[in-house]
Amino acid sequence: MKIIVCVKQVPDAKDVRLDPKTNTLSREGVQSIINPYDRHALEEAVRLKEKHGGTVIVLTMGPPQAAEILRESVSCGADEAVLVSDRAFAGADTLATTYTLSQAIRKIGGADLILCGKQAIDGDTAQVGPGLAVRMDIPYVTCVRRIAQVNDKSFVVERLMDDGYDEVEVGLPALFTVVKEINEPRLPSLKGKMKAKKLAITTLTAAEIDADVAQLGLKGSPTWVVRVFAPQLKGERSMIAGTVQEQVDQLAEKLLEWC
Amino acid sequence: MDYFLTEEQQMIVDLSRQIADELIIPQRAALDESEDFPTEILDAVAKADLFGIYIPEQYGGIGAGTFEIVLALEQFGRGCVGVATAFAASALGAFPIMIAGSEEMKQKYLPDIATGSKKAAFALTEANAGSDASGIQTTAVLDGDEWVLNGTKQWITNAGEARIYTVIAITDRSKGPRGASMFVVEDTDPGFSYGVKEKKLGIRASSTRELIFKDCRIPKDRLIGREGTGFITVMKTLDKSRPGIAILGVGLGQAALDEAVTYAKQRVQFGKPIISFQAVQHMLADMAIQLEAARSLVYAAAKHIDAHPRDMSKASSMCKVFATDMAMKVTVDAVQVLGGYGYMRDYPVEKMMRDAKILQIYEGTNQIQRNVVGQELNKEYTKA
Repeated sequence: MKIIVCVKQVPDAKDVRLDPKTNTLSREGVQSIINPYDRHALEEAVRLKEKHGGTVIVLTMGPPQAAEILRESVSCGADEAVLVSDRAFAGADTLATTYTLSQAIRKIGGADLILCGKQAIDGDTAQVGPGLAVRMDIPYVTCVRRIAQVNDKSFVVERLMDDGYDEVEVGLPALFTVVKEINEPRLPSLKGKMKAKKLAITTLTAAEIDADVAQLGLKGSPTWVVRVFAPQLKGERSMIAGTVQEQVDQLAEKLLEWC
Repeated sequence: MDYFLTEEQQMIVDLSRQIADELIIPQRAALDESEDFPTEILDAVAKADLFGIYIPEQYGGIGAGTFEIVLALEQFGRGCVGVATAFAASALGAFPIMIAGSEEMKQKYLPDIATGSKKAAFALTEANAGSDASGIQTTAVLDGDEWVLNGTKQWITNAGEARIYTVIAITDRSKGPRGASMFVVEDTDPGFSYGVKEKKLGIRASSTRELIFKDCRIPKDRLIGREGTGFITVMKTLDKSRPGIAILGVGLGQAALDEAVTYAKQRVQFGKPIISFQAVQHMLADMAIQLEAARSLVYAAAKHIDAHPRDMSKASSMCKVFATDMAMKVTVDAVQVLGGYGYMRDYPVEKMMRDAKILQIYEGTNQIQRNVVGQELNKEYTKA
């Protein structure tokens, strides 16, 4: 089984800042990490490989320094790594990103299964996984919390819902986005780290993935960020006084009003 | 201080530090309280390939040496000496096989020890044989194609958790020290059982039990090396393993210093952080000086042992004494710096102080180590 895991380098949520002029995330001096949801996607891919055999390829679109997260992925069990990197990709929204990723996946011969994190913790759109599946013309399931059955040509998975879960059977090839509940990602291994150090990362440019320049980067992105701001908290606050009984009565009355 | 580690050595440090910070430190207080064996942590250590650091590549290990295992143990010791002891005990159990085992024996046991799927343990101590190994009462008698073991080993680290035990027993009492031999005993061997788990002052995450051999029958080929070489194998094993205990003292000392300095910067008395008082500063300075001196000695001894496998004893014993005496002193001082808070279980330094004590006792008391250093000096100066 050939599994491609899409990973994204994101700023560590612990020290994120916004550049008020450009309305984009200021990445200067901020530690970069693998998007936490993507770690779960990688772990699931490695577990599938360990149990059923196959190859795990990690794929990312980003600047050259994004190779760091590819090496980290290899130290945690991935076999190969592909970096799609070109100045032409800069400023891509989710539409342009899914186009670029789909072209790259075609270039490396497709996959039986594509795994993504549910969403990235910087943009929080949760659009790239489903968008990529549509580009590839394959079925997808979002928010997968468990892979219940692995058959020759299909998988049975559990999709996390607000009020429980759906059990879905999907034919391969397919794409899943995963939630944190699916597994506990492992730490790197020493042999993995040694392999990652020596690994030659495949780098693909816009020309190498046969991309239509009009669909790349800022040019190919209909989404424009007009303004980024921290919302003002405007919640009202009132104190309920009186005996415990009176306080409970008043609270119950208010809660009922809102129902 | 910068010790100019290679890229590979730095990887071992980084990975071990990550395990200490993310897995060991958050659980150490609970493990100390419950006295549970850290199975989950050791599974993660196994997955990270760290059980195989010192095992040659042809048996599935990383093929590094004493210095590299020392680097990993320093981080684990900084996290929790109990957990680190459980990890280190497997190496101690494996060393006799590495040092004196046959090729078939190495192929049979080392791969499982390297992956961590089976842990090993070393069994020397008995009720009447600790520092004086000649008091060993456990016997092994050849009966056809089997050795029959009888006797009881005491205070065996990892007993009940390990699957592979390297055990010394008397095969011919009339030959004195040349009448002892080492054997591999597996957990499933008939006639082999465990005593109750001991209650300890510190390192409570590690398990300590008796091994009981009652007509325990094992195949003939479980003899490690030749008959009568048991004591030599034990001495070589301990020479090789002692830097591992020494470095636990360094890791523990570092943890205690970290706690003490952090606290001294925050704690305000007489309107100032207590670190601004010379009385406290000098204590911290002495802790740091002793700690760094110990680290340098252990690193140097480990590198010496890797380079000179026939001349290990003095370097090994010197670093064990110095670093573990340092750990005792530094942890006691850390409790003093934290004052009343340090005495409470809410802070980690009282556990560190309790854990430190065993380092001066096990794998040869520090008094025995001084004997070794003295005897080696005597030999050296006789030669010259």
